[in-house]
Amino acid sequence: MMRQILLVPAMLALILAFATASSHPVLADPTIPTVDHPLADPALEARARALMREIRCVVCQSQSIDESNADIATNLRNIVREQLAAGKSAATIRDYLMARYGDFVLLKPPFKPETALLWIGPFALAAICLAAGLAALHINGTIASGSTAPDLSRSERERLNRLLAAGCSEKPQLRQRGQS
Amino acid sequence: MIAEFGQYALILAFTLSLAQSVLPMIGAQRGIRPWMAFARPGAFAQLGFVGFAFLALVACFVRSDFSVAAVYHYSHSQQPLIYKIAATWGNHEGSLLLWVLILAVFGALVALFGENLPPRLKARALSVQGMISFAFLAFMLFTSNPFDRLSPVPFEGEELNPLLQDPGLALHPPMLYLGYVGFSMTFSFAVAALIEGRVDSAWARWVRPWTLLAWTTLTAGIFLGAHWAYYELGWGGWWTWDPVENASFMPWLIGTALLHCQTVVEKRDALKAWTILLAIIAFGFSLLGTFLVRSGVITSVHAFAQDPARGLFILVILAAALGGSFALFAWRAPSLNPGGLFAPISRESALVLNNLFLAAGTGAVLIGTLYPLALSVITGGSVSVGAPWYIATFVPLMVPMVLLMAIGPLLGWKRGDLPGALQRLAVAGALALLAAGYTFSRETGGSVLAPLGVALGVWLFLGTLVEWTERVKLFRAKPRENWNRARHLPRAAYGMTFAHLGLAIAIVGMTGSSAWKSESVKAMQFGDTVTMGDFTYRFDGIAAVKGVNYLAERATLSVTRDGKPYTVLHPERRRYAVQAMSTSEAAIESSGRGDIYAVIGDRAGPRSWTVRIYHQPLVPWIWLGGLLMALGGVVSLSDRRYRVGVPNRLPIGQVTGA
Amino acid sequence: MSLRRLLYALPILLLALFAWLAWRGLAPDRDPAALASALIGKPVPQFELPPLDPAAEKLATKDLAGHVTVINFFASWCAPCKAEHPLLFQIGKDYGVAVYGIALQDQTADTRRYIREMGSPYTKIGLDQNGRVAIDFGVAGVPETFVLDRNGVVRYRLSQPLSAGLIAGEIDPLLRRLAE
Repeated sequence: MMRQILLVPAMLALILAFATASSHPVLADPTIPTVDHPLADPALEARARALMREIRCVVCQSQSIDESNADIATNLRNIVREQLAAGKSAATIRDYLMARYGDFVLLKPPFKPETALLWIGPFALAAICLAAGLAALHINGTIASGSTAPDLSRSERERLNRLLAAGCSEKPQLRQRGQS
Repeated sequence: MIAEFGQYALILAFTLSLAQSVLPMIGAQRGIRPWMAFARPGAFAQLGFVGFAFLALVACFVRSDFSVAAVYHYSHSQQPLIYKIAATWGNHEGSLLLWVLILAVFGALVALFGENLPPRLKARALSVQGMISFAFLAFMLFTSNPFDRLSPVPFEGEELNPLLQDPGLALHPPMLYLGYVGFSMTFSFAVAALIEGRVDSAWARWVRPWTLLAWTTLTAGIFLGAHWAYYELGWGGWWTWDPVENASFMPWLIGTALLHCQTVVEKRDALKAWTILLAIIAFGFSLLGTFLVRSGVITSVHAFAQDPARGLFILVILAAALGGSFALFAWRAPSLNPGGLFAPISRESALVLNNLFLAAGTGAVLIGTLYPLALSVITGGSVSVGAPWYIATFVPLMVPMVLLMAIGPLLGWKRGDLPGALQRLAVAGALALLAAGYTFSRETGGSVLAPLGVALGVWLFLGTLVEWTERVKLFRAKPRENWNRARHLPRAAYGMTFAHLGLAIAIVGMTGSSAWKSESVKAMQFGDTVTMGDFTYRFDGIAAVKGVNYLAERATLSVTRDGKPYTVLHPERRRYAVQAMSTSEAAIESSGRGDIYAVIGDRAGPRSWTVRIYHQPLVPWIWLGGLLMALGGVVSLSDRRYRVGVPNRLPIGQVTGA
Repeated sequence: MSLRRLLYALPILLLALFAWLAWRGLAPDRDPAALASALIGKPVPQFELPPLDPAAEKLATKDLAGHVTVINFFASWCAPCKAEHPLLFQIGKDYGVAVYGIALQDQTADTRRYIREMGSPYTKIGLDQNGRVAIDFGVAGVPETFVLDRNGVVRYRLSQPLSAGLIAGEIDPLLRRLAE
């Protein structure tokens, strides 16, 4: 009975020991802001969230700061919120972050000469595919409807006329079994 | 000893694959029957050797033989048995062995079921399969041997990464590899056909089951991976457009295109060169995926080892396989017999457009995935291509395709009646617009994407049903005839119906989960409550729980809905002792409307914890849609017409002709 | 060569392009995880941080002017920082440069204990408890090390722990160059 009573606090102590031994600073100190401070104005907060989804968490793989739990992501989130609340525009905030982290920090790459190919590429590709496809369909279609059939030569035309005049008198050759 | 036997089996398989690559190919070229006949027993023997090696590795893991380096690095004596087994393929070397095993399985399946294949085609296809096995076995034996030993023998292992100790993630690689490697079979058949110089509807019929199998398993593998990410990563995200995720998505897109244009080859003997090209490219993307994961050229959460030497080896394999087949294509494809003709408005042309959009979409994903690499190599700059870019480029390309998906099946072969088809879809279109309008009116942000997604999903769903009702002549004939028709529809037709319906449901699910997610993050003490929508969550307490190889804090959250008790959630935070790593296990309650999703975070104070609660609308629809798509593939596979072993009986007196 | 033939050869041409890119990407001197710094060639950000020892002076941008400096971001909760710590002594001694330390998001007591245990190679230590100065530097985590020339312009950024190899290969030539 005694052992069971002691077991639970011992477990809890063990867990706490593990928990505090992690590499994150303990959150008790309010001057160490690894906690979010959402904005009071819901519309502004919504704008902040939309902007956060475009900013890369620089220590994660392909995550935005909106999704990540990393300390630096929380820090960046609070910075975005502060600057929006101070009236700065989204473009200004993006520039602020790019000045510090480079183009790398935006998940939606800015449109610059270096990224022109990136942005235009898919649409150019789609246009080429579509053009090629439609051209192929058109060619295919015109062949199917016979409008590009070459004209008959004179001798071929005469033979055609003879055949048509003869009607059913010329029996078509039956294919024998075994022949291909 | 088992490890040594396993290694020896691999060496045997390696030499055998060399013979398999050479003999049947020359035999088919020169008409040497015994050499061609070698392919069949060769494939069986290959499976035997590689299978033995794989089982040997599994045995090493199960027995916790820490003298084998792979077992030491990725297992632990206290690890649950299922994860000891899953650890076999949860690492670079072991997963390569799984790759080669599946290669051998597919080769053996073709040897087993390919009774009716023309001998030369079969010999050549198995020979190409043997070449691929040879390349990967060489890679394994020379750079990534799973049976490497350690000396002195450690007492205990380092444990499998806790994130991988999960049933979903144990199943995800085998499914995915079945898909990737499945495309190797279509690749082998395509190359064999190029060498032979003949692609016809018979070829398409033989290849179709393999494409279907690969596509179905790849679909399942991708959705499994997304589902795992959803419940494991802690915020309900299921797709991040990570390079390796894209590397599984691209072969899926090409595989879908391939499935559709193969139909045209089969039914109308047209689009041959394009189909062959797609078959080569599909496997090419599988190889690209292998390269991206194992070479270290791009960083990713999925990346195995960062080893440029290994990367170079895979690049050489990729260049040789694709270079050889593309060169063959450039040489032989122009002389393939052009096939049936069709009008500009017809089912064939709809399938051509479908293929074009899929190809453009794949191209977009490829550009986004490789651009950071290209930029860093050429100019040294670095840029991130993330979800916002893909949504801006990939989604617009898919919209016309989804619109077309409802129209295409209603058009006839050779010449289709577009006004008639559109007329039959009028109701579907109207309802789709209504749904869009309703969604838009309920939206607060004025976003266009959500109504668009809903409209597309409704359009596709209803359009697919319209097609089925047409086939069954619902409302136009007696119910008895409807029933008869429904029973006798070819299974491939049902496969298409299920798959398209599945995609429609998944589209709506994806739209809902992206557009209407809401969350609450709060530091809560025992007894605190938080309300979101109809639901109220009360934080009741935290208990200490001991798992097999972890210690956990297990929270209890009582959930009530409109005042009535709804459920109790138990999110956990686990601490795995050996790797000193924490994972957070979300508690999820699913319903038709969506998921409620709770995660327990760090302590926020002496008696309070950070509790995150998410509302994920319509997310279960995504998994349902994926399941339905995979089911469609399975149903299609069971169609008798596509089983290679079924002979073609013709009544006496009928002229035989191809 | 007809257009048709060229089209059929397109796949192999694209493959060649990709193979070249991949081959260059595999070059051993390329680290895909390394973060390019947006600050290289720009003046060091303006900042002022409280000191570790309340009696000491603050650490501010003006302290960095006039001589070559090394700034090292560290924290007591960061294991790789402990590993690289001895090398900081070496840099300070061998090259005669002032090494300044900035403790990132760390409790004052913990930083004090860390310095007491490991010794201080730092001329001055600043406390960046809310992480804002780190963000101004474009820091993604700890440890990170910056080298500034005598005009206060950022010349080099290392976003991983110091190692003897890195010092010999990259920092040594740079410091020698800047000393002239």
